[in-house]
Amino acid sequence: MIKDQEFLISKASYCLDLAKKIGATDASVKVGHSISETVNFRNKSLEASDRSDGLGLSIETYLGKRRSSISSSNLLDENIKTLIEKCFETTKITPEDEFNSLPDKNLLANQISNLNLYDETRFENDKKIKYLKDLEESASSDNQIINTESSFTENKSNFILANSDGFCDGYRTSSFTSSCVTVAKDENSMERDYEFSSKRHLSDIKQATDLGNKAAMQTIRKLSPKKIGSEKISIIFDKRISKGMLSAFASAISASAIARGTSFLKDKIDQQVFANSINVIDKPNIIKGMGSQNFDSEGVNSNTLQLIENGILKNYLVDTYNGKKLNLKSNGRSGGTTNLYFEKGNISYEDLMKKNSRSLYITETIGHGSNLVTGDYSVGATGFLVEDGEFKYPVNEITIAGNFKNMFKNIILANDLEFEYSVNSPTMMIEGMTVAGK
Amino acid sequence: MSNFFNKSDLTRKDADKLVSETLNNCDDGELYLEESKSESILLDDNKIKSSNYSSDLGFGFRAISNEVVAYSYSNEISKDSLKNSSENLKSTLKSIKGTYNHEIPKSNKKFYEDINPIEQKTLDSKLEVLNKVNEFLRKKDGSVKQVTASFAGEQKSIEIIRSGGESLTDVRPLIRFNVSVMLEKNGRKETGVYGIGGRQSYDDYLKNDYWKNVCEEAFRIASVNLESKPAPAGEMKVVLGPGWPAILIHEAIGHGLEGDFNRKKTSAFHNLMGEKVASDGVTIVDDGTIDNRRGSLTIDDEGTPTERTVLIENGILKNFMQDRHNARLMKTRSTGSGRRENYRHIVLPRMRNTMMLSGNQTQDEMIKSVDKGIFAVSFGGGQVDITSGKFVFNCTEAYEINNGKIGSPIKGATLIGDGPSILKEVSMVGNDMMLDPGIGTCGKAGQGVPVGVAQPSILINKMTVGGTKL
Repeated sequence: MIKDQEFLISKASYCLDLAKKIGATDASVKVGHSISETVNFRNKSLEASDRSDGLGLSIETYLGKRRSSISSSNLLDENIKTLIEKCFETTKITPEDEFNSLPDKNLLANQISNLNLYDETRFENDKKIKYLKDLEESASSDNQIINTESSFTENKSNFILANSDGFCDGYRTSSFTSSCVTVAKDENSMERDYEFSSKRHLSDIKQATDLGNKAAMQTIRKLSPKKIGSEKISIIFDKRISKGMLSAFASAISASAIARGTSFLKDKIDQQVFANSINVIDKPNIIKGMGSQNFDSEGVNSNTLQLIENGILKNYLVDTYNGKKLNLKSNGRSGGTTNLYFEKGNISYEDLMKKNSRSLYITETIGHGSNLVTGDYSVGATGFLVEDGEFKYPVNEITIAGNFKNMFKNIILANDLEFEYSVNSPTMMIEGMTVAGK
Repeated sequence: MSNFFNKSDLTRKDADKLVSETLNNCDDGELYLEESKSESILLDDNKIKSSNYSSDLGFGFRAISNEVVAYSYSNEISKDSLKNSSENLKSTLKSIKGTYNHEIPKSNKKFYEDINPIEQKTLDSKLEVLNKVNEFLRKKDGSVKQVTASFAGEQKSIEIIRSGGESLTDVRPLIRFNVSVMLEKNGRKETGVYGIGGRQSYDDYLKNDYWKNVCEEAFRIASVNLESKPAPAGEMKVVLGPGWPAILIHEAIGHGLEGDFNRKKTSAFHNLMGEKVASDGVTIVDDGTIDNRRGSLTIDDEGTPTERTVLIENGILKNFMQDRHNARLMKTRSTGSGRRENYRHIVLPRMRNTMMLSGNQTQDEMIKSVDKGIFAVSFGGGQVDITSGKFVFNCTEAYEINNGKIGSPIKGATLIGDGPSILKEVSMVGNDMMLDPGIGTCGKAGQGVPVGVAQPSILINKMTVGGTKL
């Protein structure tokens, strides 16, 4: 069973009391417990089961403007005592930093709304096995599929965040995740693709057969790929790639990157950074949302933020420390974005596909080719050549490259936005990028 | 060495008994106990930004029968907790019976010392060096706008208890020092990053000449990039410098030669054993036995002593890297490659220090032979799709080659190639093999483990360079 609030609060209070007692001027602590169970299948039979049960504790102690932190998985009082003493000893010799402090009291969350993030349903391993059997049965129905691997994970977590200014709150969350990776083979090639579904509530998880069929379809269509020549071409990003652009954007507007001066979006507030049709929103209070939260990792209340309005940058993602550096108030984004999305565009998916007589549709990228200091972007890619709105043939062993500054201004979004993950985007087109191939 | 039982109601005898009882009817498995202590100190934006200490303790209990692996972990070492895990494993494997393999090779060689690098040096001495790094770089040149420097140290103690009570232990130190510098000139910003690390003490790292070298290198890379032009796009010849660029070998070849992907036949290499997969003169080994290297291990995380495994010898595929589970199913032996990030994770066959050995050509000869191509000296990360065999890595320092001469630096570009065929495109192997500076972390199935790479300069006939200039 997952530890209840009472247990976590008692540990948190013990830490705060002790820290105060040995001389800390301020302290904050997070105590969490998480249980997860995973069942793995391969080629329609059980391959592994995995159970994890983990407690964790992290404490920050302050002495005026000095701060240091410790973390541990050992929650015995005796161990906690040793660690807090060690932490405070370290704090004493750590240099002062004028920006170190607990969050402003008046920004702390004082009302917790029920976002329905916890489903107490227990999905027994036998039921996971049944689900995975059905999934792999449908995933392997085509004889070009030569390997299937799938898994089902159930996770239940609980946490308490407390600080010496009296903040003490936390809540339970759950997640259920099913995934399937398939390998297909023909005389020319072997290809891999995947599909997954991750939800707060068990009843929202995708049907096993749908997930298996989709993974198989996405893999088989990649067989016998060709390499294309190097050229400038319009690129259509599948939703699973276009949401990655949003994540890159979010990293570039974190207060830490801005304060350090290491972002290509520094000093761009109130300036045009996207095409003027583009709106980007971060909404923490979506019911059952995968990224939903009542407060951020410092206890600061998080409200909906419009990050981009008609293409103009309106907000950074601000935490307490970097906020003080930039002379901005925390907007509850210590720990990053919550449910981040592009508002949907005006054009249908079909029309986007037909917009150019020839374009490249990208379904997967590999490599870490985003440079957030310069905005340069260059990654390996896999996808399809599109002619007159139809997939003509699969393409691989190519790279796509550009610079975010130009790419963001040339984004066209379809109207097919769905809220599946914590970052969501419609299908996206960017014109004028460079493909390197033959 | 940690005593995992002195603060627990669980005695060593209880543990032995429960392990034997649980694994009795299984093919393999063990109780893995781990205690780690780690420290990280970060200087950023002119200040000591964070100093963190963490301690972690826990066990992972694994039982394997036939192809099924049951795993359970907890960070509470107690009678109840181990008993729960045991029940959990038994229920997964209830209908599958095996015969326990008690055999495990032994060696008394050690590749690093039993030390705790964190405790050996005071926090003050490390803070002092970080502050000196900041001051040194900012004084060095007016274009320096940001400096980040960090120390990370760790000591990990493990004990493996097998059915029958056999116990294997290891104490592993690991340290790392990293410097990142951002320069700004004429409105352009570029960063340079350099680091060093290994399984050793901080002794040398705190000496002036050591940390200064790291600073100079980070500064040099950033300066080169300030002058960089857009990279070309398309297929061309590529000369790779020695050392860290061997992450090409790691991504393109290494992952595809890990036992699990080949047992499952999902690797592009699974049916190529004994076949020619590389040009003559290309020999690649995976070596866990080099003293104090980041990827070295005295024993792996299943208790098998590590070794130097020849993967490709003069172009011919000779061996895969194996853990006990995949070795048993493929009817071969473990190569001491069974690794896990920590007790929270299952064991997988992984790389240690992956190296291409020297040939007899010089880097000069390679550059001179290229009419149009690029010379890649340093890389950021890489990634591979082991099924299609396609891999990428990102240049962080590279130059054009025109008519046999090194030209202007070019912007960071991704290089993409095909793993199974890339080594056949290697047309020259240099005489200058070099180990990387000790900074690699390899990710697989959500688990990161420290690794090393090494190679001489090599000339690749054809690779796709992902620049923007057509």
